[in-house]
Amino acid sequence: MALLLRDKQITQDNWLVVDETATTLPSGDILLSFNHWQQLENKLEQHNGAIGVWIEGNAEIEDFLEPLLSLPLIAINFPKFADGRGFSLATLLRDRYQYKGELRAIGNFIRDQLFFLTRCGFNSFKFPDGTNLEEVANSLTDFSENYQVSADENQPLFRRR
Amino acid sequence: MYKYDNYDQKIVDQRVEQFRDQTERYLAGEIADEEFLPLRLQNGLYVQRLAPMLRIAVPYGMLSSRQVRKLAHISRVYDKGYVHFTTRQNVQLNWPALEQVPDILAELASVEMHAIQTSGNCIRNTTTDQFAGVASDEIEDPRPWCELIRQWSTLHPEFAFLPRKFKIAVCGSEEDRAAFLLHDIGLQLAKNERGELGFEVFVGGGLGRTPIIGSSIRKFLPKEHLLSYLDAILRVYNRFGNRDNKYKARIKILVKAWTSSVFAERVEKEWDAIKGGPSTLTDVEISRVKSFFPSPDYQKVDQQASTDELTSLASENQAFKRWLERNTQTQKQAGYRSVTLSLKPAGVAPGDVTDKQLELIADLSDRYSFGELRATHNQNLVLTDVIETDLFELWQRAKHSGLATPTIGTINDMICCPGGDYCSLANAKSIPVAEAIQRKFSDLDYVYDLGDLELNISGCMNACGHHHIGHIGILGVDKKGKEWYQIQLGGSANKNASLGKVLGPSLSREQITDGIEKLLDVYVDNRIADESFLHTYQRIGIEKFKERVYGSTS
Repeated sequence: MALLLRDKQITQDNWLVVDETATTLPSGDILLSFNHWQQLENKLEQHNGAIGVWIEGNAEIEDFLEPLLSLPLIAINFPKFADGRGFSLATLLRDRYQYKGELRAIGNFIRDQLFFLTRCGFNSFKFPDGTNLEEVANSLTDFSENYQVSADENQPLFRRR
Repeated sequence: MYKYDNYDQKIVDQRVEQFRDQTERYLAGEIADEEFLPLRLQNGLYVQRLAPMLRIAVPYGMLSSRQVRKLAHISRVYDKGYVHFTTRQNVQLNWPALEQVPDILAELASVEMHAIQTSGNCIRNTTTDQFAGVASDEIEDPRPWCELIRQWSTLHPEFAFLPRKFKIAVCGSEEDRAAFLLHDIGLQLAKNERGELGFEVFVGGGLGRTPIIGSSIRKFLPKEHLLSYLDAILRVYNRFGNRDNKYKARIKILVKAWTSSVFAERVEKEWDAIKGGPSTLTDVEISRVKSFFPSPDYQKVDQQASTDELTSLASENQAFKRWLERNTQTQKQAGYRSVTLSLKPAGVAPGDVTDKQLELIADLSDRYSFGELRATHNQNLVLTDVIETDLFELWQRAKHSGLATPTIGTINDMICCPGGDYCSLANAKSIPVAEAIQRKFSDLDYVYDLGDLELNISGCMNACGHHHIGHIGILGVDKKGKEWYQIQLGGSANKNASLGKVLGPSLSREQITDGIEKLLDVYVDNRIADESFLHTYQRIGIEKFKERVYGSTS
């Protein structure tokens, strides 16, 4: 079973990523692309596991957000690690839309972004298989203080100092 | 000057440790080149033509004498004994070793300095007027606001991977000395009809390949909303700025594509959702930050006596008189002046200064200027709050160390990027052109007769030498592997900012100084009374200049 970093712990990843072309769904907890999820909407009621959806960082979330907010897992894909749109999308999901479920980074983000990703509201991170997660987890705590408000800090430093 | 508390110090110290770990992992082969690239850039480290280059932040240009001594020490121990001041009020080391950069950063942190976000696609050092706090046309001291922006932008988690670099400037005075209309965000401090303080907000200005003057998107932003409004602008840019083509990725391109009014609507809509939230500045915080920029302990001065003494010294000493006229400026505090130490003697790359000079500058600052100084976007250093009766002594000491070249604001005070001698982006060398111009126009009487003249040189279209906004701009271009220079005329960075127009075909390195001389001849022949070069150009247009340089065209 694959592993991931969730809530600062190394844990089993129970979610199966479903190929967009798959016609039959595997059983258990599944992670679908947004398009796939929309296409399958009616069939999902009978599914014997939890449903999560992954979206691209450049998604215009206002258009489709409401139905996603009740899902237990939303994943945001980073096409390139230098594409920072996912940071804003995560911030909006947590702050504006009060999403409380698991928010997972997938795709090409890198360990040196973990601290900022966490601050923007991501709480789980799917690295390529074979990554030394114990080592990588060190980057979660690069800093102990921040100036700004963020998804994990509701007061700026100037209101705390 | 702002002093770090435990929080500020901890953040900077932890950044040093984070970068030390990243550098070690890179050297051990655990981080790929393309992944290390943005990590090192966000800490100011470039890999250049000859060696890495480290850009150190000088927040809004303010330095203490202690920091300057540390820079001298670092340049001696880790580099070749000199540093370079940039057009964004920062300072660069040209020859550090990658392995030693974490140690350099640790040295910097010990004097409350860092290299955070001095490069890369993130929010860069905020710049402002070098005469902040002493300018007689000041509406409000911009430095506390720059410091608030520094803290907000430092390690902002949402905006570390923007489509492209992002620069903010704040103008606190009537006259613009920060080129704020040529920044991604330009903030003009202003008061509304009720006398409350706030900002007019401009976006989308910039130089580079597509020079554009910023557009106003909000006439008045109450001061307490500064940070949430900046968040709104940056969020709109981060989400919708172009990421496919780095030459189309600056915010100016988005503002132009959407129009500034549509951009303003998008920002306002975003801002509505966060306005009044926890990022709203409190009076306590504004007062706390302002308290770090008090007026120094001014003495009561006998204005008449000090003016008489200066006049008499100036009449006896022509060289002092010239320096007094060009390199000093009166302040709103009577009996005090600001002194510009020139980093532009002929034969030295503009903005370069040695470790020995830095130490002398620190001494001068302690003795005459309350231990503080400022870097300017024209690549000079300023000592403010010098009592007038100390000027003669200060001049003698500065002159002795080559820091009193009396050419501030003249053709020989040019802005110049490092160019092809150092920079791997450059198409052509710029420093030898600057030197050739300084040597050609070395007759000070002639230089003074020409008066205020801004000549800016960039070695490529990235425009680090601000060629678009020089009264005379020179742009290095590469044609079939040879260096050529395009001339532009009529640029200006003040509140009526204008971008230069191309004069005509590029000139070779050998032709460039003669070409400049012809331009100056046209000015001298056509000027009316004490009209400046820029005003003459604006009155008579480009044709006469063109004809003189290229011969009759019809």
